[in-house]
Amino acid sequence: PLKHNSELFTLTYGALVTQLCKDYENDEEVNKQLDKILLFRISLLFFHFSRGYNIGVRLIEDFLARSSVGRCHDFRETADVIAKVAFKMYLGITPSVTNWSPAGDEFSLILESNPLVDFVELPDNHSNLVYSSLLCGVLRGALEMVQMAVDVRFAQDTLRGDNVTEIRMKFIKRIEENLPVGDE
Amino acid sequence: MAIFSVYVVNKAGGLIYQYDNYVPRAEVEKTFSFPLDLVLKIYDEKLVVSFGQRDGIRVGHAVLSINGVDVNGKYTAEGKDILEYLKDPANYPVSIKFGRPRLSSNEKLMLASMFHSLFAIGSQLSPEVGSSGIEMLETDVFKLHCFQTLTGIKFIVLADPRQSGIDALLRKIYEIYSDFALKNPFYSLEMPIRCELFDQNLKSALEIAEKAGTFGPGS
Repeated sequence: PLKHNSELFTLTYGALVTQLCKDYENDEEVNKQLDKILLFRISLLFFHFSRGYNIGVRLIEDFLARSSVGRCHDFRETADVIAKVAFKMYLGITPSVTNWSPAGDEFSLILESNPLVDFVELPDNHSNLVYSSLLCGVLRGALEMVQMAVDVRFAQDTLRGDNVTEIRMKFIKRIEENLPVGDE
Repeated sequence: MAIFSVYVVNKAGGLIYQYDNYVPRAEVEKTFSFPLDLVLKIYDEKLVVSFGQRDGIRVGHAVLSINGVDVNGKYTAEGKDILEYLKDPANYPVSIKFGRPRLSSNEKLMLASMFHSLFAIGSQLSPEVGSSGIEMLETDVFKLHCFQTLTGIKFIVLADPRQSGIDALLRKIYEIYSDFALKNPFYSLEMPIRCELFDQNLKSALEIAEKAGTFGPGS
């Protein structure tokens, strides 16, 4: 998490696009290259927004604009999309969806390791918790934008010595304000 | 084949972005001698022709400029009342440009907000459950295409009825929004979009859509 820096944003994204335009003859090719640089786009978000929630409310649009998922009709569908599409797309891994509550309003995502560790070098111990809570905020913010209030927490974390990393997600309620009209 | 304009409306129905790509303007500039043979009247803070249609100047056309200088509603750029100005023979000969009145920013804001409310009618009128809102509005001179995201933002494109590829273009605009507005640290959600990279990329996308006639799979 870093402070905002407008010059850096312009430099990084602007320079990248300019360079790609020079390297590739047509815009279609440039776009293909930009699509490949998924991690770069995501890292831009992580760079500029210190709170996971602020990243999540923006990441959801990146996700919806680029995947063809429609609206989820229940929490089980949501769990599947998060595990099989979103995690796969952004982190290249597919956590397993397990430990459903009897009411079907709570489930766990089980991962071999903390996903952010693969992409981030943690300089010292207490940063672990920062990155874990970041991911919780991302998921919470993203789902809020599609009218779902959820609670997200790390039940287990390999960074803390547990065997697996377990993210527990609980459905609180549907957000009724400013509900977009019409369902696909 | 043309794409006329793009509107982006936030979840609350507020217009956060508007771009006029191509606006056909039937404008006529003529030199007149005293007395003016057109009857002008004030309508909605603008000076419009109410009688005396001729030479391409039509009833409803507004006074756009006088002697080459754009007017400000019913006043000249210097603040003089135009009707008074035109009553004085000393001001003639005068060159006046007439044309279809341009939509002001406020008018665009109101129309976008009105469309946001109307959008809901699509699903309310629907005989079946779970209908979307209005996806297309068609007149004899243009088609309005609307795409609402799952997060409630609407991307609206007005285009020539024969223009294809608008569905793909709407999704491309969504991508451009997610890249160049949302990842800009100075842009706040739901606020007017004032991001240069967004403007630039949007313009290229419109150019590509117009040339190709289609932006990708689907129409």
